[in-house]
This record gives sequence, structure tokens and C-alpha cells, in this order.
Amino acid sequence: MPIDATDREIILATQGGLPLVPRPYHAIAARVGVGAAEVIERLARMQASGVIRRIGAVPNHYALGYRANGMSVWDVPDGRIRELGERIGALDFVSHCYHRPRHPPEWPYNLFAMVHGRDRAEVEAKVAEIARLLGADDRGHAVLYSTRILKKTGLRISAK
Amino acid sequence: MDAIDRAIVNTLQGGFPLSERPYAEAAREIGIDEAELLRRLERLLADRVLSRFGPMYHAERLGGALTLAALRVPEGEFERVAEIVNGFPEVAHNYAREHEFNMWFVLATETPERRAEAIQAIERATGLRVYDFPKQEEYYVGLRFEA
Repeated sequence: MPIDATDREIILATQGGLPLVPRPYHAIAARVGVGAAEVIERLARMQASGVIRRIGAVPNHYALGYRANGMSVWDVPDGRIRELGERIGALDFVSHCYHRPRHPPEWPYNLFAMVHGRDRAEVEAKVAEIARLLGADDRGHAVLYSTRILKKTGLRISAK
Repeated sequence: MDAIDRAIVNTLQGGFPLSERPYAEAAREIGIDEAELLRRLERLLADRVLSRFGPMYHAERLGGALTLAALRVPEGEFERVAEIVNGFPEVAHNYAREHEFNMWFVLATETPERRAEAIQAIERATGLRVYDFPKQEEYYVGLRFEA
């Protein structure tokens, strides 16, 4: 279900964050020019339809002590990627797992799995576990550690 | 961070109430009062323990597009290029990574067409090739972190 102009106003008013006041939905309602009940109803509807993934806190994983954040990337056979991706995605230490395109010759990898740990040794041990699981299907892999967050704002739409 | 901060981070990663006094409700669950939760959230945001607090919107469900893209930025140009890339409102996240592909960013655009336009605009502005890695299939996304 597509969003309408009022939903869009609500998104604009909340994409930077929810107001830190006792009645945040009333504050948004005042900005958008509708009632608070309507704001709540529309947010609930957007949450139900998946337009809103969730409402809450987005932690900075570095600040939580997850200092080693490795994007592990793997070259696996295309014909087996779904089965392998599902097995790797099921590992409790993998936070995201996707099939993405290769860009040969510079980039041979087609499976991406994010692995977080308190230090690199922890990430390396987890990557070794993925490699064991893949066995001969691991035709090459790399781990790209993040060294800095350059930007983290989430989706921004612009006022029309 | 003390035990209350950790409880806030752990319990408020989703499911924030849609009600008249949502902070009061959430605070009750944590065992503090509304004013203290608001004060602590303000501090956690100021200290950047939290990147943000509020609804997280899904670009694709909004009719837009989402992609992961990477650049191979020559040494010495990294800061200049980061500034250009971060200046695009469509760039939702950007990370420096240790690899020849050393800058990785997520583009979230309002329309599918805008994705290709933004990529071209970033190529023009930086003078570098943007390697585009759109998701072909998603096997798992778990966004929670334990504090």
C-alpha cells in the first residue's frame, strides 16, 4: 500500500528521530497539522505494511564494545548460493547475509555476511567457522574490517 | 554506561509503544520513570551510543530503492571523497573499510530511477567508478545488538 501525502509529512517529521518529549506523537501531530490519534494510527499502519521496520533505538555498535566489524565476502558457486546463504545466515553471529553481484575481475565475491566481535580474533574465529561450513564451496574469501563510521543517518526523504 | 543504560539499549531496539505516553510506558518496563528515560536517551544520543531513536523506514517498501556501493579511493583523497559522498542525502550509511575497496556506503533513494542517477552523480562528483552491489537475495537480517 503506497503512502499518501500525510504519511509523507509524518516521515519527514520523524526521520531524524522521535521527539524526546512526554507526548512525542502529539508533537509530531502539531507539526503535521493532524490529530495525535491519526499520527499513531498511521504509524501503526506503516509498521504493519513494513514501511517502518521498527520503532526504537539504533545503537552504534562500536560504542557497545563491538569494535571489530568484519564484512566477510565469499566466492561460492552460483548454483548453490541460496542453500549456502541460508545456512550461513542461520549462524547466530551473522547479522546480515546477502547475495550480491560480482564485479570481475576486481571483485569475485557473491556472498556477503556481516560478522561482529569485540576484537578481530573473535571475528577471525567466526570467519573460520564459516569457511569450515562452506568447505570446498569456499573458492576464495576476504574480510573487510570497518575502521570508521563516516556517516550513519538512515533513510532521508526530502520535502517536495 | 551503567546497567540502566544497557537495559534501555537492549529493550528499546524495537517495539516502542504507539500510545499517548510511550516513554512513560517504556520507562515502567525498565523500572525507571519517564523523565529519567528521556534524560538518559538524550545523553545516549549526545554521546553517540545511539545513532538515533525513532522509526526506521524501509526504502524499498516506500517504493524506493536500496543498494550497497563501494569505491576504491586513492590514498590521500579519502577525506575529500568522504565529504562528497556524505553530502548526498541519499547516502544513509558510509563506512571506511580496510581493503582496496575502501569506502562502502548504502544508498537509499525514494524512487528506483533515483538510484542510478545518484550513482552517476557520485561518479561525476568524485571522478571514481562506483561499484554497485544491489541485493539479489536476502538470507538473513538481524539488526539487534546486546549492550
